[in-house]
Amino acid sequence: MMLAAGGARVGRRTAGRALRGFSQTATFAIKPCDLYRLEQGPPAEAELSREDALRYYRSMQTVRRMELKADQMYKQKFIRGFCHLCDGQEACCVGLEAGISPADHVITSYRAHGVGFARGLSVRAILAELTGRRGGCAQGKGGSMHMYARHFYGGNGIVGAQVPLGAGVALACQYLGTGAVCLTLYGDGAANQGQIAEAYNMAALWKLPCVFVCENNLYGMGTSAERAAATTEYYKRAHFLPGLRVDGMDVLCVREATRFAAEHCRSGKGPLLVELLTYRYHGHSMSDPGVSYRSREEVQAMRSKSDPIMLLQERMVSSELSSVEELKEINAEVKKEVEEAAQFATSDAEPSLDVLGHHIYSSTPPFEVRGANQWIKFKSIS
Amino acid sequence: MAALSALVRRSVQQVSGLLKRRFHRTAPATLQVTVRDAINQGMDEELERDERVFLLGEEVAQYDGAYKVSRGLWKKYGDKRIIDTPISEMGFAGIAVGAAMAGLRPICEFMTFNFSMQAIDQVINSAAKTYYMSAGLQPVPIVFRGPNGASAGVAAQHSQCFAAWYGHCPGLKVVSPWNSEDAKGLIKSAIRDNNPVVVLENELMYGVPFEFPAEAQSKDFLVPIGKAKIERQGTHITVVSHSRPVGHCLEAAAVLSKEGVECEVINLRTIRPMDIETIEASVMKTNHLVTVEGGWPQFGVGAEICARIMEGPAFNFLDAPAVRVTGADVPMPYAKILEDNSVPQVKDIIFAIKKTLNI
Repeated sequence: MMLAAGGARVGRRTAGRALRGFSQTATFAIKPCDLYRLEQGPPAEAELSREDALRYYRSMQTVRRMELKADQMYKQKFIRGFCHLCDGQEACCVGLEAGISPADHVITSYRAHGVGFARGLSVRAILAELTGRRGGCAQGKGGSMHMYARHFYGGNGIVGAQVPLGAGVALACQYLGTGAVCLTLYGDGAANQGQIAEAYNMAALWKLPCVFVCENNLYGMGTSAERAAATTEYYKRAHFLPGLRVDGMDVLCVREATRFAAEHCRSGKGPLLVELLTYRYHGHSMSDPGVSYRSREEVQAMRSKSDPIMLLQERMVSSELSSVEELKEINAEVKKEVEEAAQFATSDAEPSLDVLGHHIYSSTPPFEVRGANQWIKFKSIS
Repeated sequence: MAALSALVRRSVQQVSGLLKRRFHRTAPATLQVTVRDAINQGMDEELERDERVFLLGEEVAQYDGAYKVSRGLWKKYGDKRIIDTPISEMGFAGIAVGAAMAGLRPICEFMTFNFSMQAIDQVINSAAKTYYMSAGLQPVPIVFRGPNGASAGVAAQHSQCFAAWYGHCPGLKVVSPWNSEDAKGLIKSAIRDNNPVVVLENELMYGVPFEFPAEAQSKDFLVPIGKAKIERQGTHITVVSHSRPVGHCLEAAAVLSKEGVECEVINLRTIRPMDIETIEASVMKTNHLVTVEGGWPQFGVGAEICARIMEGPAFNFLDAPAVRVTGADVPMPYAKILEDNSVPQVKDIIFAIKKTLNI
């Protein structure tokens, strides 16, 4: 089974030591992908520069800490409503971003904090949105599931709805001739939505530059993949489209697969599917302990054998791209950053009541919006 | 004489083509244009004006439109801008919304609005709410258009009016043209609007010709969204309607005029945001109100108008309770006699007006 990470991945030193004693680059063998309707897949090796390694490490560690901080803040009741955390899945959001550029586009489901961070939202802006403050990335009006950034279309609350949206973003890329692609993310649960089959069909017909990315974390809320899907080979679901199944706990596998998939689309070959086999440590959301439908042993085994941050750390240290001490320094910096962001998120002011009526319409002259009764009116400004 | 009437019967495109050849002639002061051709013209002009505008939907391209509203557009603009979709409303509506988010200006056609129910999540949750949820970061400039409401003999699943359903939702603009001028001006305004706009057309009106005044022949002719039009001035009673029933109200007004009752007929044109001020000003003048719509009575457009009139300054000017004329509160039956009695007829409007005026 792909997720049983066995053996150390030992890097080969391919360049001389730098002054500080670190390698500048290393090459690693990575798990080959399962292929569907593809003669060739992503390369079997990934080259990793020290700079990239440090960046991926820092990003994944930041997402991890941010999500754990959100867990804490939720329990302290600073965060309300839905909160879907992605700790365990850091290799996905960081690896996907590593495989594309800011000119490309991304859309995902409600489990969006990590992807939003990877797309450029600050921890501050994310946490303050979760606590519903004016410093939040949507000024407190969206919450956990509705965070937006440049070329990042959320954060979508309705399961599966983001997939046709992503195909539409890809249509715009094709129409405008930008050469960009759209990574359209959804989960194993969402994969059974009919509108996704509709999106596959149209994307294939029109050769839209859309990479359909299924983050298969083995459970749709409390329902295991086997109980929800007649076939769990999600990368083959669009049986007329090529697909890849990827080790989603390895940031390098994800990066290489993403690069491969994006290149496939950009070259005009049309859409394809990428299934990332991954795992979430938390339950579906903060109201789900996550152990009624899976065993604590299973969760523990994933943490100890397949943790994406641990895997990258092992590689970096064994190939001398970095050291335990340097990574500890990064951990401390990340911890500080997240703490400060949390401080901001819990002390920033709530939105003024004035904004309640704003942003109903774009580019429209101000008008009045009705409140709870006919005498309560809010001004609505675009 | 025969040549002249043949000329009038040709489509607008051909007529304007002929006109262009006569350098010293100005456009005729009025012209007869069907609602179908008016919408076609409006879309054509906007497609020409802005390259980001495109049309997608079932049969819109090679078939020229299920109701021929998009006739000639595919031939003129090609596959890139006029796109035939598979029968996948939820999918293609979502694709259209995504394209709007990423910088295009789609016109998404629903063959009828009955089929929009398949896609309604994309219209409401992905389109209408996004600008608000993103605190203004993500506009969605999209038009959803198609025939709405009762047709003739198409039975229950193909006859529903969605004015109340879409009119309910903040973040949407909803328009409902009656005549050709409305149709052209509103579709152009809708396409130029940076928000999701639902354009509720009417299949039975597509083939109806109306006089097209000179200003409507301009490529920049727009009917503003959010403004009602007084189609007929009157002093005794205010009659408010939208879409096809506006014509019935004018017919009722003509009949009543002979009996000395002068109705002020208001064409809403926009369901949301509703121009309640025009209705209030009229009611403050006439002291009586009848609303007329094709949709079902409960929680409908008329119900909203009555509630708002009660809340505003016009209430104190009413000499009688406001009255609603609506479709019958049943799924649309098929047999002609049943169908005829399930939609508001001119006699029903006249009856309601007389009841309100106590005559």
